[in-house]
Amino acid sequence: MIRKTVLAAMAAGAVLASAACGSGFDDDSADSAQQQSGPVSLQILIGSSGQAETTAVQEAAAKWASSSGNTATVTPAQDLTQQLGQAFAGDSPPDVFYVDAGRFADYASVGALEPYGDKISNSNDFYESLRTTFTYDGKLYCAPKDFSTLGLVVNTDLWSKAGLTEADVPTTWDQLTSVSQKIKASGTVPLALGDTRDRIGAFMVQAGGWITSADGKTATADTPENLQALQYVQGLLKNKYAEYPKAMDAGWAGEAFGKGKAAMTIEGNWIKGALKADFPNVKYTVHPLPAGPKGQGTLSFTTCWGIAAKSKNKDAAVKFVEAMTTAEQQLAYATAFGVMPSRQSAGAQFTQQFPTDKAFIDGVAYAQGPVNAPKMDSVLSDFDTGLQGLTSGDPKALLARVQKNTEAALGQ
Amino acid sequence: MSRKRSAVRGGEAVAGWLFVAPVVVILGLFLLLPILMALWVSLTGWNGQGSPFRSGVPFVGTDNYASLLTEDGLPRQDFMTSIRNNLYYVLLVVPIQTALALGLALVVNQRMLKSKGFFRTAFYFPSVTSSVAISVVFLFIFANSGAVNALLGMVGIQGPVWFNDSRGLIHILLDTVGVNSPPRALVDHGMLSLTWWDWLAGPSVAMSAIIALVVWTTSGTFMLMFLAALQNVPQQVEEASLIDGANRWQRLRFVTIPMIKPTVFLVLTLGLISTWHVFDQIYVMSQGNPAKTTLTPAFLSYRTAFKDFEYGRGAAISFVLFLIIVVMTLLQRWILRERKS
Repeated sequence: MIRKTVLAAMAAGAVLASAACGSGFDDDSADSAQQQSGPVSLQILIGSSGQAETTAVQEAAAKWASSSGNTATVTPAQDLTQQLGQAFAGDSPPDVFYVDAGRFADYASVGALEPYGDKISNSNDFYESLRTTFTYDGKLYCAPKDFSTLGLVVNTDLWSKAGLTEADVPTTWDQLTSVSQKIKASGTVPLALGDTRDRIGAFMVQAGGWITSADGKTATADTPENLQALQYVQGLLKNKYAEYPKAMDAGWAGEAFGKGKAAMTIEGNWIKGALKADFPNVKYTVHPLPAGPKGQGTLSFTTCWGIAAKSKNKDAAVKFVEAMTTAEQQLAYATAFGVMPSRQSAGAQFTQQFPTDKAFIDGVAYAQGPVNAPKMDSVLSDFDTGLQGLTSGDPKALLARVQKNTEAALGQ
Repeated sequence: MSRKRSAVRGGEAVAGWLFVAPVVVILGLFLLLPILMALWVSLTGWNGQGSPFRSGVPFVGTDNYASLLTEDGLPRQDFMTSIRNNLYYVLLVVPIQTALALGLALVVNQRMLKSKGFFRTAFYFPSVTSSVAISVVFLFIFANSGAVNALLGMVGIQGPVWFNDSRGLIHILLDTVGVNSPPRALVDHGMLSLTWWDWLAGPSVAMSAIIALVVWTTSGTFMLMFLAALQNVPQQVEEASLIDGANRWQRLRFVTIPMIKPTVFLVLTLGLISTWHVFDQIYVMSQGNPAKTTLTPAFLSYRTAFKDFEYGRGAAISFVLFLIIVVMTLLQRWILRERKS
């Protein structure tokens, strides 16, 4: 009897409490988000690569704030995806935030992002492949902040130790195999290769394949092109011409490369900063990735400046992004933390300032962006799981599985 | 007289409610209400935009549960993988940590032992250290060139690449007795999106490292509980059994353990519950890798909700996990019930 009363009391309390909370949860729909006028205070959430980036963005934001009469608070996130997820659920998103290209479609498809892309002046100046990455349902949602591509990084000391010269840098898959043979004979692991789609995917692009079609609407995983690519990579792994970083006791391929455990690696331009900081004595050169049967191919990674659809300060936010994506500002960022400007007009000057990065920036011409479709993250991490076991796995079955899961996720 | 008494009692009831009111409100607001809210979310297709209690949030009924339990696809496959991993984890961690804790308690409970205080502190120490800090230390210990592999190397064994090794222990065992390719019957058939061969993988090498860590950290806590129980066992009973001629093992089996049975039940229950929702070690050490062999339902729930934005399915996973824990605890209660001989 008493127990029943307690339960009833608790239930009543819960109902009352939920009713009380109810009013607090109601929210204005995105369209009626009231816009504020006059000087505003912008909240900016960034997923920083490190202290250098945080400081650079904070300085640029402070400069914009003082010249425009607004205030801008830059907060580096601990875990950007999770913090954004909570902010959207709690209806208090930051005005401006980084959106990773791989996550972009998830946000755009649920209406979290303001499609402001074409309000940015001269938005056609952004590289075409980056514009495609941030286009959803035909609308350019946000301005690319910067980008990176993958290149072939070669350790010059280990290279000459294996009796190879500058002229031996591989430009095709066959050459990659033959130099790997020579390097392995000299007692070094030839290639440190990250065990994810973000590295191995480059081989799929070189073979003329990719996981989804260009518009992100159809699954194209189970194709002869992709199979050829995975079989080639499997061959590299089986012959020990390539090793995954964990097998070399490294967190990522760049670490294995920096420790001198591998003569080559496939990484992006971020490896520059990492090597400078952790392994300053390693001598290396950067080259375009070897071409596959269907020509050159690489992957691009990019982030854009997202503006929340529920922001109260959209006008100021667009002006802020405008200031952050000018060619001069992007070159300043490039100097500060080694990213590549997303505007073509900054390209020439960038190559002049950083001649060693030419292979990376040239890659944008034939680069493939991340999968541009929502709800694909778990499918792709399942693909990564398969790639981790590629050495002994069956590439055909793996691709069939990715195909099935992608079709389910895309709702075909 | 009787009326007067009831009036007094009535006053007591009001006072009683007044005294428990803060707890009722706090529990209702921070425990019951969030649970009910999560239950609602698990029945919707909420995408994480704004409140889940708005109109316009699609109500999908049991679709989220169906995608986990009845529809063949990636969500069910991931969920069943996580259940398998956690099942092996529970099967190893709970008995080992209970036995180890009991053993340690018996050791430090001995009257002969010198510097008892030191050993008690030493055994209890891992329990009071932050699990994140311990996890990071274990990452170094189990690294490719870490302490464990160095020790194994001294006796001539080449240790595995612990956190990159997704092979299951049972598969490895079968491999050593000559079964190096899975039998067709096990690969072609399966249950709930996983083949029998996958179900029978056993914990992966990576998971074993985590199991070692968890056993090491929690056995101290449970040792403390056993120790408290052991000190309540009257000395006369032990002496009586000595006079009856019971040897050490018989004394433990027929005297000590029956006397501390309630504590055994407590330790097993707490162990079962905490092992079924293991999260922080996974989050810090492996994030479900390699090859999903350290994925657990609790971590999968987190990942599904906050990384994939499938909040409904994430909540559904946690409710299925809740049911599993309830069923397991009831089952264990039934097994350990007082039997009439």
